[in-house]
Amino acid sequence: MAFPEPKPRGPELPQKRVKTLDCGQGAVRAVRFNVDGNYCLTCGSDKTLKLWNPLRGTLLRTYSGHGYEVLDAAGSFDNSSLCSGGGDKAVVLWDVASGQVVRKFRGHAGKVNTVQFNEEATVILSGSIDSSIRCWDCRSRRPEPVQTLDEARDGISSVKVSDHEVLAGSVDGRVRRYDLRMGQLFSDYVGSPITCTCFSRDGQCTLVSSLDSTLRLLDKDTGELLGEYTGHKNQEYKLDCCLSERDTHVVSCSEDGKVYFWDLVEGALALALPVGPGVVQSLAYHPTEPCLLTAMGGGVQCWREEAYEAEGGSS
Amino acid sequence: MAALDSDSDEDLVSYGTGLEPLEEGERPKKPIPLQDQTVRDEKGRYKRFHGAFSGGFSAGYFNTVGSKEGWTPSSFVSSRQNRADKSVLGPEDFMDEEDLSEFGIAPKAIVTTDDFASKTKDRIWEKARQLAAATAPIPGATLLDDLITPAKLSVGFELLRKMGWKEGQGIGPRVKRKPRRQKPDPGVKIYGCALPPGGSEGSEEEDDDYVPENVTFAPKDVTPVDFTPKDNVHGLAYKGLDPHQALFGTSGEHFNLFGGGPQGTSNLLGEIGVNKGRKLGISGQAFGVGALEEEDDDIYATETLSKYDTILKDEEPGDGLYGWTAPRQYKSQKEPEKDLRYIGKILDGFSLASKPLSSKKTYPPPELPKDYRPVHYFRPVIAATSENSRLLQVLSESAGKPVPDPGTLSRHQLNASKRGELLGETPVQGSATSVLEFLSQKDKERIKEMKQATDLKAAQLRARSLAQAASSSRTQPSSPDVGHCSWHVALSGGTATTRASNFKPFAKDPEKQKRYEEFLVNMKRGQKDALERCLDPSMTEWERGRERDEFARAALLYVSSHSTLSSRFTHAKEEDDSDQVEVPRDQENDVNDKQSAVKMKMFGKLTRDTFEWHPDKLLCKRFNVPDPYPDSTLVGLPRVKRDKYSVFNFLTLPETTSLPTTQASSEKVPQHQAPEKSRKPSRWDTSKQEKKEDSISEFLSLARSKVGPPKQESSTLVIKEEEHVTESLSNKTINKDVDSQTEGEGSRPSMDLFKAIFASSSDEKSSSSADEQGDSEDDQAGPGEADFKSSQATDSVETSSVARDVRQTLEAPQKEKHKKNKEKHKTKKEHRRRKEKKKKHRKHKHKGKQKNKKSEKSSSSESTDSSDSQSDEEGPADLSPQELLRRLKSLPLRRQ
Repeated sequence: MAFPEPKPRGPELPQKRVKTLDCGQGAVRAVRFNVDGNYCLTCGSDKTLKLWNPLRGTLLRTYSGHGYEVLDAAGSFDNSSLCSGGGDKAVVLWDVASGQVVRKFRGHAGKVNTVQFNEEATVILSGSIDSSIRCWDCRSRRPEPVQTLDEARDGISSVKVSDHEVLAGSVDGRVRRYDLRMGQLFSDYVGSPITCTCFSRDGQCTLVSSLDSTLRLLDKDTGELLGEYTGHKNQEYKLDCCLSERDTHVVSCSEDGKVYFWDLVEGALALALPVGPGVVQSLAYHPTEPCLLTAMGGGVQCWREEAYEAEGGSS
Repeated sequence: MAALDSDSDEDLVSYGTGLEPLEEGERPKKPIPLQDQTVRDEKGRYKRFHGAFSGGFSAGYFNTVGSKEGWTPSSFVSSRQNRADKSVLGPEDFMDEEDLSEFGIAPKAIVTTDDFASKTKDRIWEKARQLAAATAPIPGATLLDDLITPAKLSVGFELLRKMGWKEGQGIGPRVKRKPRRQKPDPGVKIYGCALPPGGSEGSEEEDDDYVPENVTFAPKDVTPVDFTPKDNVHGLAYKGLDPHQALFGTSGEHFNLFGGGPQGTSNLLGEIGVNKGRKLGISGQAFGVGALEEEDDDIYATETLSKYDTILKDEEPGDGLYGWTAPRQYKSQKEPEKDLRYIGKILDGFSLASKPLSSKKTYPPPELPKDYRPVHYFRPVIAATSENSRLLQVLSESAGKPVPDPGTLSRHQLNASKRGELLGETPVQGSATSVLEFLSQKDKERIKEMKQATDLKAAQLRARSLAQAASSSRTQPSSPDVGHCSWHVALSGGTATTRASNFKPFAKDPEKQKRYEEFLVNMKRGQKDALERCLDPSMTEWERGRERDEFARAALLYVSSHSTLSSRFTHAKEEDDSDQVEVPRDQENDVNDKQSAVKMKMFGKLTRDTFEWHPDKLLCKRFNVPDPYPDSTLVGLPRVKRDKYSVFNFLTLPETTSLPTTQASSEKVPQHQAPEKSRKPSRWDTSKQEKKEDSISEFLSLARSKVGPPKQESSTLVIKEEEHVTESLSNKTINKDVDSQTEGEGSRPSMDLFKAIFASSSDEKSSSSADEQGDSEDDQAGPGEADFKSSQATDSVETSSVARDVRQTLEAPQKEKHKKNKEKHKTKKEHRRRKEKKKKHRKHKHKGKQKNKKSEKSSSSESTDSSDSQSDEEGPADLSPQELLRRLKSLPLRRQ
């Protein structure tokens, strides 16, 4: 096949819709890739959690057991278990294969916005609007959390975990990074309520999106501003943001129905991908390939780069 | 049942069952000795007893629960998978077959329980039952129940019987009473007045002829009230088929709506089938006439209205107060005139009182004194001393109490020993009024020391917060004069003059409080220079400034809050000792400067707070990281106790900082720097804790630590001396570091701080030398230590840069502003440098050539930085952040 002249980063961005999943579970609150990017999880407002193969569009399993809408989910490193949190204030640990609830952690005083496994899936960290992060031990049978990080003054909107750090964004406008190795808490003031935080894949920077329609790239060690990305609209919703698979681009949802891609270094808008008429509620980026999942309304869209050819031949 | 039949036996009461009388010549049986007593099961096999403690019979196989084949537990089944078919075991599953047999603990066969084993009847119960039966829709239906009668008598019955009570009698002492006229029925033996009042009660009215004097009678039995609720849909007083009429043809003449039931039924009970000599047969309503009957007059029921009441009559004896089920009124009306006074029912056993009740006296509530206020007021407590005795007198007079004579203390003012004295007791030996007196001299001293130490600590804490408050207000944009005017205006407002004098923000420092009060008084008079006059002239300028601000703030705060609060609360008499709360030691305080920093896009030190944070041990374990604080039991942020009601807890101050004024003398300077240089973890911790203020002040204090101390100096000689000292010190610390690295490595966050302190201006210049030094040492040090080395190298050059700064500041010591700009500039530079690093680093990474980020960061980026920054150095000092950003972004791209 004869490729045209390679545009600067053009072909790398996922902008071809290859699949649309109608999830059939009410509004899709969040969509998440599993650890290797072969499957995805959708969190529905009808209390269910669904596991999909996004490229083929097949539903693999439905996990029901939440008492209210599911707001976030994550998969473990070995794909053996899932965790999810929802409006029922509970954090649930699921067995992937059997679909059973393994454990249900109760203790949050408000709905659970975000959940994450740690690297070895021994601890679940959950952030809630009760302004606390709770670390639940999956190994023991203790009903209480191992530790509660309650330094935030307002609800926790986002929690990310690296091998020795916990990164938390809060509505009080601060990004807190708990460094377990150093035993220190770094609190960076951003001002506007934080909607999403994430580490860069190299672990050196943190990306922070806030309700002033701005994404900021901060140096992890010093908290200095390395870049600012604007142009999208994020003033009301808790929208996701992330970095592309090789940290070349910053990706963010927007309330105007598009997904925005910025060049990480230059800060220039690279692409505004129109998804649909509504708000792009959630997105997930494939860990290794230029593949993007977006959630709008009750459906999930799967995007690949232009040059992508589906294995089965179907687009 | 001993005394059943004969009256003569009634006085004897026997308990228990007697032994069988022995036969003549028979020898009493020997009891079987214990060892000969055997127990066999139902098949005749011997049962072995266990000991008393192992309990009961032997079970299973040789005292095990198993069988000869052994005990096999049911195989484990995971409850998660097979939850549904989990079998529930009942107690029967663990029982032997004997237990299920007739005499076991869970018999399977139907056995009559002893409730129904006997034929004896309880007549009272029977009667009540028949009462119910008569009113039932199908009369006599409950008679079926009598076929199976629970005949087990309760203990009460048994006891009563043994005490001579007989069925049919009432309970109570025997009474002298006219015997009821009995109808001597042939064939029926009647003891006492066994029968309940029948329908022929009217006969009692007639005076009977003969009553023996010495004969007493048992009290009348009480017909139990039938409390069966109405559970059918029949009309009131519906009777169904009256067995009387149906069986015996006696037709009720009059329907009594209220009084019908019980009487009729008692009638029925008394005479059913006994008294009437009639032939049995069914006749009457709805049954027609049998072939054998002669009379056929009353085949159909004839209802006439005359059978019914048409009015509710007062004089009806049973006036329905308690409904028709109520016990019938005792009908012996001996004193009819009493009934005239009392309308209603006189309970059985009661009589009307002869004397009327005296009415209860009610007392009016006490009259309140005119000056009574329903609000409590605490009188000030003043210790009686010689000075304020007059005041005390006045107070007590106003309270309406006579002045207590010092000699005669009131009861409550006496303590135990004084009371004992009054009573003439000998005082207890070694009577100590307080526990402290039992302490040894040594302990006392120790306590004293402790006290002093804590006082000192509190004072330090307070001083620090004061300093923070004062220093912040110092460099406010409004000059002291302007600020002065503003609060002056505020204070001279109407509310300021009405304040009470009991607000004491500086109560712990009486001198200061005095000054403060003086200040307030002056303020009230409207003197503008009030503050200056009441301040202590012996204080330094800085202290005075600080105090002035404090006073002003306290006054302002007081005006705003106190007037509203004072109207609602009274002061507690006792001082609350535990007026401390636990708060996190480090707080993310004060957003204002951060906001401005965010606006200026000056992220970094200005927006960052760093705290010591203790992760849970288990969390560290789960994350596979070593516990950073292995010795501490703390979890989360460290907490300290703070004053609950400190004025400064409520102040939100616009935080900016000023430079320290009174500082150490020349020889202190190197000592001050020395601990910062050493990289011992513990030292770092302490120095960091000292700098726990907000980021700006921290930032500025960092700058101060570099620039400030030499600025005090006026001679360059001292500086040179200092250089020598620091150099030697830094050499020492390098040596120290070599061994300290082995212990404090990996868990120490020293890198950030090093950068924060030393990275600013001298970094660029020293980087090349640092690299060299770092490279030379890199071989024996791990990759993580490369950072250490370079920063350490910068340490050694640091002194020169300090000197340079000093010279600059000496040239222009007053231009603080300029210096500030310079600081800003420095941070910008550093900021940019960092960004460069990032980009560079990114580029490398994207090419996929570099893996080791750390080493790259410390080596390659540094070299490029130096060239970049040197070119920057020529640029103008004031660059807008946007401009810088723009430049930065363009730079590396072009190069590529």
